[in-house]
Amino acid sequence: MLRAGCRAALSRRPPGSAPRRGAGGSGAGGTGAGEERLKQTPLDALHRARGGRMVPFAGWSLPLHYGQGHLQSHLHTRRHCSLFDVSHMLQTLVYGRDRIRFMESLVVGDIAELKPGQGTLTLLTNDKGGITDDLIVTNTSEDHLYVVSNAACADKDLAILRDRAAQLQAKGSDVHLEVSDNALLALQGPSMARVLQAGLSDDLAKLSFMNSISTTVFGVPGCRVTRCGYTGEDGVEISVPAARAVELAEQLLGVPDVWLAGLAARDSLRLEAGLCLYGNDIDETVTPAEAGLMWTLGKRRRVAMDFPGAAVIMAQVKEKPRRRRVGLTSVGPAIRPHMAILGPEGRPVGTVTSGCPSPCLGKNIAMGYVEAAHSRAGTELTVEVRKKQHPAVITKMPFVPTQYYMAK
Amino acid sequence: MAWRALRRVGPVLAPRCPLLSLPPREPAARRLGTSSLLLAARKFTDKHEWVSVENGIGTVGISNFAQEALGDVVYCSLPEVGTKLSKHDEFGALESVKAASELYSPLSGEVTEINVALADNPGLVNKSCYKDGWLIKMTVANPAELDELMTEDAYEKYIKSIED
Repeated sequence: MLRAGCRAALSRRPPGSAPRRGAGGSGAGGTGAGEERLKQTPLDALHRARGGRMVPFAGWSLPLHYGQGHLQSHLHTRRHCSLFDVSHMLQTLVYGRDRIRFMESLVVGDIAELKPGQGTLTLLTNDKGGITDDLIVTNTSEDHLYVVSNAACADKDLAILRDRAAQLQAKGSDVHLEVSDNALLALQGPSMARVLQAGLSDDLAKLSFMNSISTTVFGVPGCRVTRCGYTGEDGVEISVPAARAVELAEQLLGVPDVWLAGLAARDSLRLEAGLCLYGNDIDETVTPAEAGLMWTLGKRRRVAMDFPGAAVIMAQVKEKPRRRRVGLTSVGPAIRPHMAILGPEGRPVGTVTSGCPSPCLGKNIAMGYVEAAHSRAGTELTVEVRKKQHPAVITKMPFVPTQYYMAK
Repeated sequence: MAWRALRRVGPVLAPRCPLLSLPPREPAARRLGTSSLLLAARKFTDKHEWVSVENGIGTVGISNFAQEALGDVVYCSLPEVGTKLSKHDEFGALESVKAASELYSPLSGEVTEINVALADNPGLVNKSCYKDGWLIKMTVANPAELDELMTEDAYEKYIKSIED
């Protein structure tokens, strides 16, 4: 009864031995290392020592969950706080006088309007208007842009960034890139502020959602703290020099309220928060209009149409996209990716792209794309689960209310 | 005398008696409680289900290896009482938050009972996979099918081999 992904989760190798090579893994872009070794984050030994079930993900060895299991870890994040090692994500620094022009040539957002310390979720798009990656770009108060993008797209994104930088440099522009080898730790949940404030001289009450500071955290200098995350909770992502990442993690884990959490909880938390997973819910074949992500397009940029695929995307905005990303809820057996969504006549009208039982809601939640005519909230459809049809209803997202913090 | 005879019976009978040709159940007072006489030993499938037959009724569940790999079970899809199953038929699924795993019947027979406790407490499958977390009970239409299944020892070897 076990799928390959479940077997991969049972890594019984003792700590310190070579990581398993494996195919599969959870979530999008499990490019699976094939014959290559999996990459390890600076916290690899810490995960193994603390009971992490290691699995391959996007070429990295990462913990799926720890001793308490997926469910408890998920709930703990919503009630207290959890620490996630997200060092697998790509962190890029963009320097130079022309860094904003460089960035805007690739993404859809108003980067020039970002205040010092302010960041935004934005999209890399391709010439057909599809989404190449979703990423966070921060206009730091220092002399660079700080960019965090998906691990599964790292090679693709770096090639795009480097090619564009080279192009601009050849024309005399001042821009250069640096890939950071910092670890990245996400601390997420209602207790985060209390836990973290004890290690910061900056006043967290003044740091709003999507804002970022460069500071010392629990005695570790050279950290970047950004108030953002992938859970819907009030949280931060801390970029910390690799050599002191374990030290910082252990400081945080020294607070009883803080539990380690892995990829499994990360996925169920983000789905409850209505956040897309690249490779499942968005990819190169989906436009921001279809994905319901038009809010990432800057006002100025929509008019200027100066981003890849602008003509396609703006045409869809005008004529309304033919399919739309929606949320679904149901009871009974869970709705999972690739299941068919059927309309009132039993005809397929869409496909599920993400889905799981919601630990917080006690019912099933999912994301998928359906024909625009059937995409209004409240529409009753059915989903085919293992050859049987089960009712599902289109539901607004987030499924669980978010708790993003805004300074007064 | 009787006492000594009974003591000899246990270890002698168990390895020689095929599970289903056990003598009819005697009154409890005359049994020593050796589990192999009262309850046939668990047999396992290569898909990680187990079945244990008692008085012609097979109780089916999933192994500890399976419940660990699956994670916290949040929903059980089980068949209706009366469903006729052939060996290898898919008879339901267990959902964890992360994934669903189908269940395959270890034997041919008819479903006589399902574990209704799992509706409100699906986590029993994780907490007590060999006891309170049982899934279905079924008749054993073809006892010879039991011989095709793995003993506990063979199953332990099997899971070591697939883990690399």
